[in-house]
Amino acid sequence: MRKLTDSRPKDSASVLASGRAVAHESARKHVAGAARYIDDLPVPVDLVYVATGQSSQAHARIKRLDLSRVKAASGVLDVVVQADIPGKIDVAPVYGGDPLLAGDLVEYVGQPIFAVAATSQEAALRAVALADVEYEPLAAQLTVEQSIAADSYVLPEHHLMMGDPDGELMHSPHRVEGEIYVRGQEHFYLEGQIGQASLTEDGGIHVISSTQHPSEIQKLVAEVLALPFHHVVAEVRRMGGGFGGKESQAGPLACLCALFAHRLRRPVRYRMPRRDDMVQTGKRHDFLNRWQVGFDDDGRIRAAKMVLAGKCGYSPDLSEGIVDRAMFHADNAYYLNSASILGLRCKTHTVSNTAFRGFGGPQGMMAVEAIVEDIARALGKDPLDVRKANLYQPGRNETPYGQAIEQHILSDLMERLEDSSNYRARRTAITEFNRSHVCLKKGLALTPVKFGISFTAKHLNQAGALLQIYTDGTLLINHGGTEMGQGLYTKVQQIVAGAFGLSVERVQVSSTRTDKVPNTSPTAASSGTDLNGMAAQDACDRIKADLLAFAESHYQVSPTAVRFDNNRVYLDKDSMAFEDFIKEAYLNRVPLFSTGYYRTPKIHYDRTTAKGQPFLYFANGAAVSEVTLDTDTGEYKVGRVDILHDVGQSINPAIDIGQIEGGFIQGMGWLTTEELLWDDAGRVISNSPANYKIPTAFDTPETFNVALYDRPNNEETVYHSKAVGEPPLMLAISVWAALRDACASTTDYRFSPRLDTPATPERVYWALRACEAFNRSNEQAGEVSE
Amino acid sequence: MSTTFTLNGQPVTLEVADDTPLLWSLRDDANLTGTKFGCGIGMCGACTVLINGRATRSCITPTKQVDGTAVTTIEGLDPEGEHPLQQAWVKTQTPQCGYCQSGQIMQAAAMLKDFPDPTDEQINQVMSGNLCRCMAYVRIREAIKLAAADMRGAGQGNEPNDGTDTTEGAAS
Repeated sequence: MRKLTDSRPKDSASVLASGRAVAHESARKHVAGAARYIDDLPVPVDLVYVATGQSSQAHARIKRLDLSRVKAASGVLDVVVQADIPGKIDVAPVYGGDPLLAGDLVEYVGQPIFAVAATSQEAALRAVALADVEYEPLAAQLTVEQSIAADSYVLPEHHLMMGDPDGELMHSPHRVEGEIYVRGQEHFYLEGQIGQASLTEDGGIHVISSTQHPSEIQKLVAEVLALPFHHVVAEVRRMGGGFGGKESQAGPLACLCALFAHRLRRPVRYRMPRRDDMVQTGKRHDFLNRWQVGFDDDGRIRAAKMVLAGKCGYSPDLSEGIVDRAMFHADNAYYLNSASILGLRCKTHTVSNTAFRGFGGPQGMMAVEAIVEDIARALGKDPLDVRKANLYQPGRNETPYGQAIEQHILSDLMERLEDSSNYRARRTAITEFNRSHVCLKKGLALTPVKFGISFTAKHLNQAGALLQIYTDGTLLINHGGTEMGQGLYTKVQQIVAGAFGLSVERVQVSSTRTDKVPNTSPTAASSGTDLNGMAAQDACDRIKADLLAFAESHYQVSPTAVRFDNNRVYLDKDSMAFEDFIKEAYLNRVPLFSTGYYRTPKIHYDRTTAKGQPFLYFANGAAVSEVTLDTDTGEYKVGRVDILHDVGQSINPAIDIGQIEGGFIQGMGWLTTEELLWDDAGRVISNSPANYKIPTAFDTPETFNVALYDRPNNEETVYHSKAVGEPPLMLAISVWAALRDACASTTDYRFSPRLDTPATPERVYWALRACEAFNRSNEQAGEVSE
Repeated sequence: MSTTFTLNGQPVTLEVADDTPLLWSLRDDANLTGTKFGCGIGMCGACTVLINGRATRSCITPTKQVDGTAVTTIEGLDPEGEHPLQQAWVKTQTPQCGYCQSGQIMQAAAMLKDFPDPTDEQINQVMSGNLCRCMAYVRIREAIKLAAADMRGAGQGNEPNDGTDTTEGAAS
C-alpha cells in the first residue's frame, strides 16, 4: 500500500489471554439474533430449493420408478436420479457404500431415491410425494440379534487380547456374566442439516454447509461433479449444533445442492425438514454388549471377556472407528488383568449410524460399569469400593490395546469428589432412608470417566492455520476447525491474542474455508482445540521469529529483551504500540503472515496385532448422582449431581464448564429419556420432538455442582490443556448407576437388575419387578433350607 | 392475502398467504432471521416470538392470526440488543451454538412479566418447552434470575418492547 493507516484498534481495558473466561466470540450476536446460520443468509432471487423422494421399504429392489407426475408438478425445475450424477455416485466417508441416490436397491426406509429442485421448498416437498414407485420387497434384517444370527456385518470384526482370559476366568474365585442393550441417540441439533451451493465463474462450486468437515464436503462435491478440487470451495462459519451428526451426514445435502447448481446454473439451498432429518441421517449406534468376568474376593477383575456388537445400519460410514473406540473404552478406567474384547459391526437395514459425541466410547464403557456393579452386589460391597479397587495404577497400567496408562489421577480425583460430595455420609443416610420408605427409594453412584484423546485414524491427527497481521495492528486467523458452539473459535482467538499480548478483540477468527487452509480433518474426537490451537500457535511462533529478528536488527535489542504485552511491544527499556511496531516491520519488509502446522506426536496403532498407543493422553473425570424413584411407577427425579472433571490447564474455564454441564445433561438424556424406536417394518417412529424426548429445563438436576480438577496436562498440548468436548457426556453413566442402585436397594443391595438404556420409567419399573422376583425366589430358597 | 400488524414497534403489512406460518413471513418477507426454524410443529421453541406480549410459537401460527396485533421478535426486544436478558445471557456465558437462544430469550421475556422474581421451579415449568441441545439449561436459569434481579432493580424502564401496555402483559 502507498500510505499506511492512521486508525488505531479500540482495545478493551485489559489483555485477556489464556486461562480467562472470555465470552464466546459470537455471544453478543447469539443473543441479538444477529449470528447468521446458513438459512439466515440473504435469499438470492433465483434460489432453488431441494427435497428428496424416499424409500418406503427397508430392503427392496425398485422394479419401476415413474417420476412423470413429479416432473410435471407446479414449481418443479429439475428431477435427478442416480444415473444423472456426472461423477462418483458414492459419497461415503471411508469405505464406500453410501450412494448419493439409490439405484435399483434400497436398504433403509427413508433412503433417497431421487431429488427434486423447485422454486420453493413447499413445491419441492409436494412434488416428491407424487412419485410412483413399485418395489420388490426383500428380507430385511432390522436388529443386532438378526445380524449376528445371519453373520452379516458391514466390516470385519476386530479383537483385542491381553493375557490369558480363558485360563484366568477358569481360575477366578468368582464369576459373573451378563448383557446390556444400549440404545443409540438422535443428535437433534437445533439447526437441522442444511447446505447451499452456487456456481463460480470457472464452472466450480462454492458450497456453504453446516458441516464439521469442510474438506470432506469439498472432496465429495468435486467427486460427484467430476471437478478438480481447486474448483470447489467449502465454507462454514458456524453450526447450530453438531455433536458428531454433521461429521459425515452433511455430505449428501451439499452434493445435491452442488449437482442442481451445476445443472440449473442457479444457487441452490437444501434445508431438511426435521422429520426427514430424524429419518434420513444416522444416529448414535445401538450396542448389544455381552460379558463373562472373573474376579477375586476383593472385587478385582482377573479376566474379562466381552463382545460389543454395534448396530451400524446398512453401510460402514464411520463404524470402523466407532466400534474400535467402543472397544478401546470397554475398560473405562479399570485394569482388566486379562481380557478378550471382540467388536462386531452389525449390518441392519436401517439408516447408517454415525458419529455422536463419544464416538462409541460411551457404549463401550456401559459394559464395564455394569460389570463392576454386578461384582459389588455379588460381594456385598459398595460399588464405589469396587470401582476404586479396579482403577489403573502403577504396576497395573496396561490397557487391552497395549497402551500404558501414565498419568494416574483418577484415584485422587475420585477421593476429592467423594469428600466434596459427602458421599459416605449420604450413602449411610440413603440406606437408612430406603429402609424406612416403601414407595420412594433413593440411589447414589459415583462413576469415573477415562477418555482417550486423538483420532484413532492416525492421519487425521494434523491441522493447519493461516495467520495474517494487518498494518493497523489487527489480526485475522483462519484454521481448519469448525465452530458448532463448543467455543473453538474463542479459544483460538485467545491463543493468538495471548501469543502477542493483545486484547482478544484484536483477533478475528474467520469462517472455515477450504481455500484458506486445505486438507483439514473433521472437527471431531474432541480434538478441535488440541489440533487447531497448536497450529495457530505455530503460526504465531513463526511470525514472531521474523519479528524478533527484525527487532534485533532494526532496534539493536536482544530477542530475549523483546516482550509482547498490553497491546504493546517492549524493546528492552523502550516500548511502542503493537500497531506502530507492525507498521515499522511492514516498511522494513518483514512478512506479516504465516501458516502454522501441527501433528500429534507419539501415536500409533497396528490393527494386525491390535496393539499400540492410539491416544496421546486421557481426559478424566468423575460424577456423583443421586436419584429418587417411585417403586410403583418407575418414575424418578435426578436430585443432585456433583462433578469433578479434568481439563488439564483450562484455556477458558467458562467454556469448559459449559461443555461439562451440557455434555453431562446430553449424556443423561441418552441414558434416561431419549428412546430411538423403529417399527417392525423398519420405520423410525421416534421421528419428531413429539415422540423423542431430549432433556428440558425441567430435567436438569436440582443441585448441580461442577468443578475443574486443576492440573496441567503432562503432554505438550496447547497451554497444557485437555480436550473437553466428549468426555463429560460419559459422566452421566452415574445417573444410570444411581437408578440401578435405587432398584438394588429393594433387594437389600444383594441384586442388581439388568437395566437397559435408555432407563425410561418403564424400564425402571420392570427392573423393580425383577428385584421383586429375586426377593421371592430368595424367600422360597430360605423356606426350603429352613 | 394481506396481514397488517405492528412488528417491533413499526406498522407493517405483509402480502402473504393467510395460512403461511408467521415464522416464514418474518424470516422471508420481513427479513428478520433472528427467529429460527427448529421443528415446525411447535415443540422445540426455537421460533418463539411475542404476540401482544405472550410467548407464541411462530412456526404454527398462521400469519393472518396476527392481524391487528403487536409482534415482537428478538430483533425488537431492545433497540440496542441490551435488554437485561440479553446482557445476562452474555454475562453468564449461556449461549453455546446459539441457535435456540433467541427463542429462549423471548420465552424468558414473557415469563418475567408473570414472574418478576421467578423460582427455579417456575423457570423449569415455563422454560421446559424451549429445547436447547447444547443443554445450557443451568446457565439459562442463572441468566433469567440475573436479569430478573436487574429488571426489578431498574423498574419499568427495561420493559420489553412488545407494543402492549404493562397491565395486559402482566395478566397470567
